[in-house]
Amino acid sequence: MDKLDLTQLPAGKEAMITEIIGGQHMLSKVNALGIRIGVKLKKLSSQAWRGPITIQIGNSQIAIGFGMAQKIFVQSNQP
Amino acid sequence: MKKIFLIGNPNVGKSTLFSRLTGVHVIASNYPGTTVEYSKGYIRIKGEKAEVIDVPGSYSLEPNTQAEKVALNIFSNAVKNNEAIFINVIDATNLERNLNLTLQLIKHKVPLILALNFWDETKHLGVHIDITELENIIDAPVVTTSALTGEGIKNLVSRITQARISQYKFKNSDIWIDIGQIVTNTQTLSHRHHTFFERIEDISIHPLTGIPVAVLILFLSFALIRIIGESIITYIIEPIFENLWAPIILKLSQQLGESGLLHDILLGRIVDGQINFVESLGLLTTGLFVPVGMVLPYIIAFYLLLSFLEDSGYLPRLGVLVDNLMHKIGVHGLAIIPTLLGIGCNVPGAMATRILETKRERFIVSTLMAIAVPCMAQIAMIFGLVGHHGIIALFLVFGTLFLVWITLGLILNHTLRGESPEIFIEIPPYRLPYFKALIKKVWMRTRWFLREAVPFVLFGVLIINLLYFLHIIDFIGNLTAPIITGMMGLPKDAVGAILIGFLRKDVAVGMLIPLGLTMKQIVIASIILTMYFPCIATFTVLIKELGMTDMIKAFAIMLISTLMVGGTLNFLL
Repeated sequence: MDKLDLTQLPAGKEAMITEIIGGQHMLSKVNALGIRIGVKLKKLSSQAWRGPITIQIGNSQIAIGFGMAQKIFVQSNQP
Repeated sequence: MKKIFLIGNPNVGKSTLFSRLTGVHVIASNYPGTTVEYSKGYIRIKGEKAEVIDVPGSYSLEPNTQAEKVALNIFSNAVKNNEAIFINVIDATNLERNLNLTLQLIKHKVPLILALNFWDETKHLGVHIDITELENIIDAPVVTTSALTGEGIKNLVSRITQARISQYKFKNSDIWIDIGQIVTNTQTLSHRHHTFFERIEDISIHPLTGIPVAVLILFLSFALIRIIGESIITYIIEPIFENLWAPIILKLSQQLGESGLLHDILLGRIVDGQINFVESLGLLTTGLFVPVGMVLPYIIAFYLLLSFLEDSGYLPRLGVLVDNLMHKIGVHGLAIIPTLLGIGCNVPGAMATRILETKRERFIVSTLMAIAVPCMAQIAMIFGLVGHHGIIALFLVFGTLFLVWITLGLILNHTLRGESPEIFIEIPPYRLPYFKALIKKVWMRTRWFLREAVPFVLFGVLIINLLYFLHIIDFIGNLTAPIITGMMGLPKDAVGAILIGFLRKDVAVGMLIPLGLTMKQIVIASIILTMYFPCIATFTVLIKELGMTDMIKAFAIMLISTLMVGGTLNFLL
């Protein structure tokens, strides 16, 4: 039960969102694509040199910039 | 008249549905944000004519991008209209996220009907939705559609008039709880295996395999564009011009007395019964041959490849892969999409910058495009002009332009105030492009080129003739000699090409052909023709997109960088 941000979560792992840090604009932006506390996701990949992270929520895949991904915290139940 | 608004999340198929409903074809692609403006068409419902409006995609009624602002604007005006009906188009494979906008629409008390699109895909994905139950809960009609194949469209049309104001009640703060309950009550998921496309998805987004794949795809695309373009020219266009059109022109030339002002404007200079379609500069010779014979084949080839990439869903993935590089010039990876569109024509490219969030990003991408991204019409002519000097000349031209693009981007990123946001985008699933839709799209873009470009080309050729006839080119040539000749090392005659370059770049490059330039001069001329000014059509769109002040700034950057690059090249080469 580690608390990690999205950039620290290893690719291929599933996790649940526990915390999102950011202002109203950031929250409204991520919320619009279904990223909010309590949602389960799977991390698909991350690009080299602090590149974007891709995650899957339900049937949709979302690419998130590194800085934004650092503000989204998750808890993984998998070892 | 009733007004029907197609509203929904990005990339749920609104534009395809719009084309199905109205017969008016608009460009639809497989990435979020293809539609950035308002388009309308008409439909007959029970004998009554109604207007249909395709609204840019929006995840919510709180706008985050320029395109979403356009959407909210349309929506706010529509709400005031008593005769407005809203078709909320939903991606059935992503019910939960899409319902967010649906509930927001319900809050506004507008007549609503839901179209669950991509219905065919739900079956492959193991998604089952109970339509009757959804209708009951949401308190509005729900129909299922597959806009691409046309399934369910008739049913949608017949039920449009049943759209009603939903009485569904919820608290704004509990919106996701309500959505969760709706989904639990209506949707069941069954287990399924990884599909073939999902495996490719993994390969193309993984950094180790993704970058080689991207390089391969781009290389193959450009190779194919050249092969297809050249084949059309060699096997179709040239035989037609040489064997069918030339005899007609020669006959006409005889009837016009083989010389005179009218003869020269219409047919150009014909030497010893030989027509040089590129150099003669007549309306019916060069004026037709440049757009139809030299540019059109490459336009068709380019849009075939681009449309395939668009419909497959590859472009947003490319955006993710190049995100790091693009951040160096102050924008995120998605800016690659308007830039690629700009290679076809800068006009739609400039409009597509609306998928970016901030003014700063749009300024950077548009300015760089106007300066360093030549359009396909110009590229095709550069191929023709530079071609026989071999690959080195081509490399010099496009390599320099790429260098200018990067360097200017770095400078703009460091000097412009503000920061650029990070990439944040939904990546669509891969879809096999639907052949009929693909061909339709290529045809629409080709027709658009013919309609927009050919008149300008003809006008350009006419102007050239008049300028020569009135000796204005000589006059301006002498006037600008210190810059054109002294600084850039080009002959005085090149000023004619630069003047025409304000109108059309393809004709401008064509005008360089008879000048007998050296390779060095050809390279410099091709580069400065790209850089000093976008064509008038692009310029007009940019004023609209950026505003006058920013456009003046962009124009100053254009002039300064053209002088610097032209002078430097003349010194170095």
